[in-house]
Amino acid sequence: MTRQPRWLIGMVGMAALLVLPPFLRSYGLYLLSYWLVFVIATMGLNLTVGYAGQASLGHAAFLGIGAYSVAIVMKAGCSFWLGLPLSAVLCFVVGLGLGFPALRVQSIYLAFATLGFSVAALLVMRYEEWLTGGTSGINDVGRPSLFGLDLGGNLAYYYFVLAVAVVVAALLRGVLRSPWGKAFTALRDNPIRAESLGIDVRAYTLLSFAIGASCAGIAGALLASLVQFVDPTPFGLGVSFTMYLMVVVGGSGTFFGPALGAVVGVLLPEWLRFAQGWYLTAFGVAVIVLMLWLPGGLLSLPDRLKARAIAASRPRT
Amino acid sequence: MTAPVLEVTGLVKSYGAIRAVDDVSFAVMPGEIFGVIGPNGSGKTTMFNSVLGQIKPSAGRIELDGRDITHLSPLQLSRRGVGRTFQSLQVFGRMTVRDNLIVAAQEHRGTMLGRMFAATDNGLGPKADALIDQFHLREVAHRRAGELSYGQQKLVDIAMAFMSDPDLVLLDEPCAGVNPVLVDDIARLLRDLNRVRRRSFVIIEHNVDFVQKLCHRIMVMVEGRAMAIGTPAEIRANKHVLDAYLGN
Repeated sequence: MTRQPRWLIGMVGMAALLVLPPFLRSYGLYLLSYWLVFVIATMGLNLTVGYAGQASLGHAAFLGIGAYSVAIVMKAGCSFWLGLPLSAVLCFVVGLGLGFPALRVQSIYLAFATLGFSVAALLVMRYEEWLTGGTSGINDVGRPSLFGLDLGGNLAYYYFVLAVAVVVAALLRGVLRSPWGKAFTALRDNPIRAESLGIDVRAYTLLSFAIGASCAGIAGALLASLVQFVDPTPFGLGVSFTMYLMVVVGGSGTFFGPALGAVVGVLLPEWLRFAQGWYLTAFGVAVIVLMLWLPGGLLSLPDRLKARAIAASRPRT
Repeated sequence: MTAPVLEVTGLVKSYGAIRAVDDVSFAVMPGEIFGVIGPNGSGKTTMFNSVLGQIKPSAGRIELDGRDITHLSPLQLSRRGVGRTFQSLQVFGRMTVRDNLIVAAQEHRGTMLGRMFAATDNGLGPKADALIDQFHLREVAHRRAGELSYGQQKLVDIAMAFMSDPDLVLLDEPCAGVNPVLVDDIARLLRDLNRVRRRSFVIIEHNVDFVQKLCHRIMVMVEGRAMAIGTPAEIRANKHVLDAYLGN
């Protein structure tokens, strides 16, 4: 797909996200906000996995660190506006730390290293009751207000999450269009050649983890205030796998891929609820079919159709 | 007397009992094109990778402009003005040709933080365009490098090594798998770059004709050792070289 139609679709989608929500019920608003939270988180994971070519199965841990940071800060009587940047910074620092194994191991070995981190983080959330409230979690996480504007209502909070998603997307777009973006891609495609050209593979690997983690931290902070309750359940290993799935299904290494992938990961199971007890089975089958048909992700569909059209227009010999 | 750009003294690389590179010494002078030839398995690429920090030498000393670089990483060597190409194609297949050239030099400009806020091409667009024209890649400049023919990718690969204006470029088999017309093109381009920019090259190549026409001096490696070093005429006349490698 050429760049203009892709942006046109993006603009139409954004207009729909601005105009339609007032007509939705509160569950619909909750689902859209929940989807946006995962769009933010998977945009970060897409940078780590899709653009920089690293493997990470620990992303849900960063979502949790972000959520708990805000919940703990607000429980201590401080503002959400302190908790939000704190979540981002804390996850950036922890993400840098998680990047170090990537300097020594790659592919499946790195995936397991990050999986180990995810397990460790989950155990801290579950058993360090003095800090996290254990399995009972932390209740009554509030929603912020901005310049006197109360964001406590579902619609107002939805627009706030949308605004944050747009800001994060714009910042990531800026990073990816800068020389950093090319360095990440070079790191993914051929790290040995990249290093021989003066690209600091070590620094960019760590940065890809740190920036990706930071996005998940922001998403987690927004999630805590959306649900207004934090416990370890939403940050388990299954969520890390689902987020990876969202990146791959949407189109790994494509800018709009995470938004589509999050539709599949967050909204599709809800749409399949008509299947009642079979809805998760139906979801699994849908994902398998999708991956078999479009291994490059949903955003590879236009290219695939175009290639098919070109092949069909060629005269047969 | 002019000091060498690159001086390798007593280089050894061992794998257990096997000495892949065995006490190799040579010097490359400023503006010189230095060829390395030898049969397969003679240790040419191992010697290259040892010089370029890709593998750690077992013994010996490597100097660049009189400074010890024996244990520097490829990253540090790149920043000191050493460019290279690899034996196999090493372009970034999903980037355009132009982006391949830009990424090849972007890290040599500004600070890391500054590059986050820099323009997409980091000010290297005009330079990339000039090299694209010089390498006759204009028609494919905006195509993904991975979609090009092998020969075109080889040209992109070589052009990338020159984007950051390195003082010394080491090329590992630039003509491998390339058709004879393109071999002449590569020879002409390298001669031009050498004459205009006064850069020094070290070239590993199996195409003896190419090396003899292009290089000022040639080193012949056999079984990890430097069998002979001399001008093309001297190498052609060397009986040991004729017996071991060139034949009659």
